[in-house]
Amino acid sequence: MKNFLKLIFLIIIFIGFQNNSNTAEKVEYLKTDWSFKGLFGKFDRAALQRGYQVYTEVCSSCHSMKYLSYRNLAEKGGPEFSEAQTKAIAASFEVKDGPNADGDMFTRPGKLSDKFVMPYENVKAAQAANGGAYPPDMSVLVKARGGGVDYIYSLLQGYEDPPPGVTLDDGVYYNKYMYGNKIKMANQLSDGLVEYSDGTNATVEQMSKDVTTFLMWAAEPHLEARHQMGFKAIVYLIILTILVYFSMKRIWSRIETKV
Amino acid sequence: MSDKKTNRRDFLFTATYAVGAVGVGATIWPMIDQMNPDASVKALASTEVDVSAVTPGKTITVLWRGKPVFIRRRTQEEIVEARSVKLEELKHPQTDQERAKDPEWLVMLGVCTHLGCVPLDQKGDYNGWFCPCHGSHYDTSGRIRKGPAPTNMEIPEYEFVNVNTIKIG
Amino acid sequence: MSDHEYTPKSKFGKWFNDRLPLLTLANHLTDYPTPKNLNYWWTFGGILTFCLITQIVTGLVLAMHYIAHADMAFDSVEHIMRDVNYGWLIRYIHANGASMFFLAVYIHIFRSLFYGSYKAPREIIWIIGIIIYLLMMAAAFMGYVLPWGQMSFWGATVITNLFSAIPLVGEGIVTWLWGGYSVDNPTLTRFFTLHYLIPFLILGLVVLHIWALHVPGNNNPVGIDVKKPSKDTVPFHPYIVIKDGFALLMFMIVFAFFVFYSPNILGHADNYIEADPLVTPAHIVPEWYLLPFYAILRSVPDKLLGVVAMLSAILILAALPWLDTSKIRSAVFRPLYKQFYWILVADVLILGYVGAMPAEGLYLLIARVATAYYFLHFLVVLPVLGLKERTLPVPLSITESVLGGSPNPAIAKNKESLNN
Repeated sequence: MKNFLKLIFLIIIFIGFQNNSNTAEKVEYLKTDWSFKGLFGKFDRAALQRGYQVYTEVCSSCHSMKYLSYRNLAEKGGPEFSEAQTKAIAASFEVKDGPNADGDMFTRPGKLSDKFVMPYENVKAAQAANGGAYPPDMSVLVKARGGGVDYIYSLLQGYEDPPPGVTLDDGVYYNKYMYGNKIKMANQLSDGLVEYSDGTNATVEQMSKDVTTFLMWAAEPHLEARHQMGFKAIVYLIILTILVYFSMKRIWSRIETKV
Repeated sequence: MSDKKTNRRDFLFTATYAVGAVGVGATIWPMIDQMNPDASVKALASTEVDVSAVTPGKTITVLWRGKPVFIRRRTQEEIVEARSVKLEELKHPQTDQERAKDPEWLVMLGVCTHLGCVPLDQKGDYNGWFCPCHGSHYDTSGRIRKGPAPTNMEIPEYEFVNVNTIKIG
Repeated sequence: MSDHEYTPKSKFGKWFNDRLPLLTLANHLTDYPTPKNLNYWWTFGGILTFCLITQIVTGLVLAMHYIAHADMAFDSVEHIMRDVNYGWLIRYIHANGASMFFLAVYIHIFRSLFYGSYKAPREIIWIIGIIIYLLMMAAAFMGYVLPWGQMSFWGATVITNLFSAIPLVGEGIVTWLWGGYSVDNPTLTRFFTLHYLIPFLILGLVVLHIWALHVPGNNNPVGIDVKKPSKDTVPFHPYIVIKDGFALLMFMIVFAFFVFYSPNILGHADNYIEADPLVTPAHIVPEWYLLPFYAILRSVPDKLLGVVAMLSAILILAALPWLDTSKIRSAVFRPLYKQFYWILVADVLILGYVGAMPAEGLYLLIARVATAYYFLHFLVVLPVLGLKERTLPVPLSITESVLGGSPNPAIAKNKESLNN
């Protein structure tokens, strides 16, 4: 029994180690306390709402979020804007629709069921407008990067002057957290860039944290439900395991004491 | 003494079975619920229709939740015909006033209540609709008058957003 | 199958059973005499059955929402994750379930290696097991392609290219596998079809695996033949059922931690980037459970020989019942084999580790030594050891070893490791 647990434990550590080792050569990321980590982790609603503001006002001019719909902004476990707020947000975007009865495409104000409006028609257009680099879609960006939220959070604050000896081409910037240190996105954030409606001071650090939280939710919209269900499931399993353990003892006691 | 022991054993096994059964049930539910309409389908539940081009005596058919919705601008004769029918004559008694908020406009699901075919417009014995699949006749209010269909054609939730636009759902 | 004839009590039961002996089968399964000294390492057969059923059920559900098309596969997976009711839960169970399945199968295999369960008269059980393992790898690989992320695409490219190592016809086979000149939509749809098929083949083989097991009966930690039924055995139900159930629940707790609290830790971040035939990710690594074989592949500097080495590493297991010449089954009574067994475990873990590292410098050297040792273990150590090793005295019955009181001190000493 003891050996059994030991081995399971060892294998889990081994697997975890394997995984970490894949990204081992990266630099130390900046750390911050994320409210959504841990057994009971939940998103900070206000941070999500602020993060959405940063995304719309800053990121969305180049980065799409094609898997999100405006209705998601009102859903439980997300930024939880009110129904009316969300409708107003959706209506503030022009959505291409059609064809109408005459066969023409037309634009109309967005509805809750619409997907987030994309900044470019397609990948090629996005590349053409950005010096050949495609600004990646942000829907699952956090899950698509080895360092996850810490990486995004650090990257947004990682712009520096290049160290001596490093020359940069036009349209290339130095970022100490980027793989290879060369990034085609210019530093986007500066203190006071957005004006938060809740009065929070919009420092670069604050905006990075808010928008990263927003991106985490975008990539994992059911995270809160998952944590809640997980806790219940594990407590349930432990109770059942204990019951089965004693039942097992009872049954095996018919023939011998040891199981 | 031995009785007590048996009881305790029974309790342990019963509790184990009961707790186990709860878990099995809780596990099965997601497997069933996944087949229900998903969040993106539910979000598409309403649609807005421009009816400015529909003249009296014309019907347009629009798609709502994957089903046809008939929007008919009725003529005076049709309205009179629909409103003069006695309720006793109807298989599924409903007044025309209940079915058409604005007498000129009839908005209903174009699905025969028998087995789900789409009835034909301006056909049948009652100047309304006729389902070619199994011969159900509907009147100018979309009520069942003859044939195997059990109920009148369904009226969806709808409202006039303005004089030219109907929002269904 | 059963030693005694079974007659149903009810009249209808008898009528039915005469025409289709399902009740006889059920009776055989519940009464099946099982050695009473089986330890927890023996519960992984039941755990694996659970894993297979979980994968089939969640897989069926996912197939209701997944779209096997290069343009839509990635989108449909995101649709499952975001919009389908409990879609995220079902997908995470399926994705992590694959890892849990392999975790369990490795424990199952290494249990068999330790206690000599592959030896006569259980060679067929063992070989069916190896076929199941091969099919599991095929299913897992093709399943990993379906989300159509970067790792899916490039994993598929690299693994299918293994076939190009075959002289003369290799290139033709690869084009045939792809249905085109690269991994593309035709590849995806056929992988989906096969990924759907293979689990049912596995299910069929599992039935044969269990059938073949029920002929000689279970091996046990002492590794001696057990007279059955006797005081050395217990009926499968309820004794083994409840014990398997308890171990399964422990396993499910670990499983649940992965699903609910780190569902993506066993996957790779690059697979959340949609497949792009123009860009290869910086590090291509297979899923953790294939890493040892990946290390063997890369440790050989020749394309064809590398593939041959990798395949041999798996197929050599099929010859194991004949490579191991020892008459004694359980490692408990084979002090030297026990040492070599643990060296093999370490060797495979090392191979797994270097499989995840870049194939260069020290890592490559370690991979080569570990690969050489892997083959050495099966081809040299086992045959020689069986002939030369001085084994400990084996008890005559399980009861003797379980209850102790044996005049033989070696047996008394070994009691501990037997009972875990």
